[in-house]
Amino acid sequence: MNLVLIAEQTLNGLQLGVMLFLLAAGLTLVFGIMNLVNLAHGALYMVGAYLTTYFHQTTGSFALAVLLGLAGTLLVGIVTELVALRTLYERDHLDQVLATFGLILFFNELVAILWGRAAIYSTIPDYLSGHVQITAQLRYPLYRLVIIGIGLAVAVLLWWVVSRTRLGMLIRAGASNRAMVSALGINIRLLYTIVFGFGAALAGLAGLLSGPIYAVQPGMGELILIQVFVVIVIGGIGSIRGAFAGALIVGMVDTLGRAFLKPTLATVLSPTAADAAGPAMASMLIYLLMAVVLAFRPEGLFPSRS
Amino acid sequence: MHKPTATLMAVLIAAAFATTPAFAQQKVKIGFITTLSGPQGVIGNDMRNSVELALDHLGRKIGGLETELIYGDDQVKPDVGKQVAEEMLKKHQVNFVSGVIWSNVMLAVAPTVTQAGTFMIGTNAGPHQLAGEGCNELFFTTSWQNDQTPEAMGKYMQDAGLNDVYLMAPNYAAGKDMITGFKRYFKGKIVDEVYTRLGQTDYQAELSQLRSKSPKVVFVFYPGGMGIQFLKQYSEAGLRGQFPLYSVYTVDELSIPAVKHAALGQLETRYWSPDLKNPANQKFVGDYGKKYAGKLPSFYGAQSYDGMMLIDSAVRAVKGNLSDKKGMIAAMRKANFNSTRGKFTYNQNHFPIQNFYLLKAVAGPTPGGDPVMAIQKAVFTNHKDAYAKDCKMKW
Repeated sequence: MNLVLIAEQTLNGLQLGVMLFLLAAGLTLVFGIMNLVNLAHGALYMVGAYLTTYFHQTTGSFALAVLLGLAGTLLVGIVTELVALRTLYERDHLDQVLATFGLILFFNELVAILWGRAAIYSTIPDYLSGHVQITAQLRYPLYRLVIIGIGLAVAVLLWWVVSRTRLGMLIRAGASNRAMVSALGINIRLLYTIVFGFGAALAGLAGLLSGPIYAVQPGMGELILIQVFVVIVIGGIGSIRGAFAGALIVGMVDTLGRAFLKPTLATVLSPTAADAAGPAMASMLIYLLMAVVLAFRPEGLFPSRS
Repeated sequence: MHKPTATLMAVLIAAAFATTPAFAQQKVKIGFITTLSGPQGVIGNDMRNSVELALDHLGRKIGGLETELIYGDDQVKPDVGKQVAEEMLKKHQVNFVSGVIWSNVMLAVAPTVTQAGTFMIGTNAGPHQLAGEGCNELFFTTSWQNDQTPEAMGKYMQDAGLNDVYLMAPNYAAGKDMITGFKRYFKGKIVDEVYTRLGQTDYQAELSQLRSKSPKVVFVFYPGGMGIQFLKQYSEAGLRGQFPLYSVYTVDELSIPAVKHAALGQLETRYWSPDLKNPANQKFVGDYGKKYAGKLPSFYGAQSYDGMMLIDSAVRAVKGNLSDKKGMIAAMRKANFNSTRGKFTYNQNHFPIQNFYLLKAVAGPTPGGDPVMAIQKAVFTNHKDAYAKDCKMKW
C-alpha cells in the first residue's frame, strides 16, 4: 500500500463526500427547519441531471446548460413546494413519507415519458476533461477535482449564509421556534419556500455534476438517497455542519473500505475468503458506522442546537 | 327429413369446433426478453431494432404465419426476468421465448421456459451451466458460450507474448466465465483479478487501485452502459496512455458513439463484425442503417436478427405445425438459415461452432465520424466451447 494510492483514494473519498454533502445540505435543512421528511429529494437531483444534460445537448454550451439546469431545478423545487408540500407541514411524518414517495413515482415516470427509460449519457466539455499531473506518480481527472472545488466552495458559502446573514439568522430561528418567528412578523411560509427552493437547487447541482460520472436515468436519485439519509443521521438532523462532517466521513469510509478492506483481509484470511468477504463488508461499512453512531450519540455527531 | 339434417348440422358444428384450436395455432407468438430501462437499455434497444428488422425482412410473418412479438424488460434482474417469462408463458401462451442479455437472468429464465415445454432461443447470454450439464433440447442460442470470446483474446495476447495482465469484470455469472475463458488460453503472469458490482457506473476507486499495481496491460469485460462509463473514466484518469487496454464486449457499436475517438486503436475479439463479408450480413447492416438513421448495428443486434431467422427456419421446416416440437428441434440443429456470421453448425449442446476474429477500432469512412470496428484476422476457426463434453444430450 503506497502513499500515492492512499492519496488518490483519499481524493476519491473526498469527491464522493462533497457530492453527498450537496444533497445532504438541502435534505437536512428541509428536515431541520420545516420538519418535513422529503423522500423526493433524490427526484430533484435527477431533475437537475436531466435538465442540464438536455440543455447541454440542445444549446451545445456546458456553462449555459449548468445555469439553465440550476434555474430549472430551483423552479421545479419551488413549484413542488407551493403545489404539493405546503399542505403537509402540519401532518405527521408518515403522511409526508407517503406523499413524497408519490412524488418520486411521479417524477420518475415523468422523465421516463420525456426522455425514455434507457439512460442518457452526458459528456464533459473538452476544457474539463483529461487529467491533472499532481505529483510525478499521481494523475487525477480534472473533472473530479472541479467537483471537489465546487463542493468545498458551496460548503463555505452555506456556512457564511447560515451564520453571517439575516436570511441565515431567520433560518436558524425558524429551526428553533417556528411560532415565535412568525409571531415576530416574519413570513414563515415565504421562508419555507426559499429554503426548499435552495435545497432543490443544491440537489440539482449535485445531479448535474454527477451526470457524467453516473448514468443519467430514471430513478437515479433513489440509488444515492439512501446514502444521503445515512449522512444526515450520522451528522445530526438539521445541522449543516453535521451534514458536512457526515458526508465526508461516509464518502471516505465507503471509498477507503472498497479500496483497502479486501487487501487488508487478505493478509489474515485466505485470498478466496477475502475476495468474498471484502466487497460484502465494504458495502456494509457505512451502515455499521451509522449503527455505532446511533448507539453512542443518538442525536448524531453535530446535533443542531434546537 | 329433419333428423338427418340435424345430425349433419351437429357434425358440422363439432367439426368446426374441432378445427378451431388448429386455426388458433396459425399464429406464432414470440416473447422477447431484453433490458429496456436504465444504463443497459442501449443494448435492449439495439436488439429490439434488429428483431423488428428481421420481421420486416420476413414480411412480418415468421415461418409464413401471422406473428406476434411481445417485448419484456428484465431490468438486469433475474427475478424480474423470470416473472416476465412466466407472464409470457401463462398469459400470452407464447410458442418461443427469445432474447436475454445477462447470464444471471438467463440462468433464471431458461429453466422456467424449458420446464414449461417451450422453446428458449437465447440471443446473447451463454452461461457455462447451460452449455454443460444443464443443456436442454428446447434451448438453442444464436450467440456463443461466454468463455469463447475471451478465449480468443487470451490466445491472441498469449501469442503476442504479453505479460503482467490486470483483469477486471463485473461480479456475476458471465464475468466469472469471461475470466475463466481468458485464463484457459493465456498462460502468462496475472497481476490481479478484480470484480466490480454488476451495473456499477463509477470506476474511479478501482482505477486508482489498478494504477498502483502497475501492470503492463489490462484486460476487461464491461458490456453495454458499463463499457461506456469504464472507457470514459479510463481515459479521464490518464490510464489510456499508461496501460494498453484489451477487451471483450466493451468497445462496440454501442459504446463507440459515446466515447468516440477514445476508442481508436482498441482491440477486441468477436465472432461477428459489421464488415463481415457475406450477403446476409451486408443486407442486415445496410437495411439497419436505412431503417435507423444511419446507425450501425451491434453484435447484440446481429444475434437477435439470427434468432428470428432460426425460429423462421424451424417453423418453415414443420410447415407451420407448431405442436411438432421434435420436428422443430431437428430443423434448428441444422442451422439452416442465412446467418449474419456466415455458415455455422451447431454443437451437440446447441451452441454454435464458429469463427472468432480479432477486431480493431479504426477511423470511420466519413472524416470526423466515429471509429468503426474492422476485422484484422481470424483467431479461431470452427471453435467449440469447453463445456459441450459435459452435455448428455443425444441427437
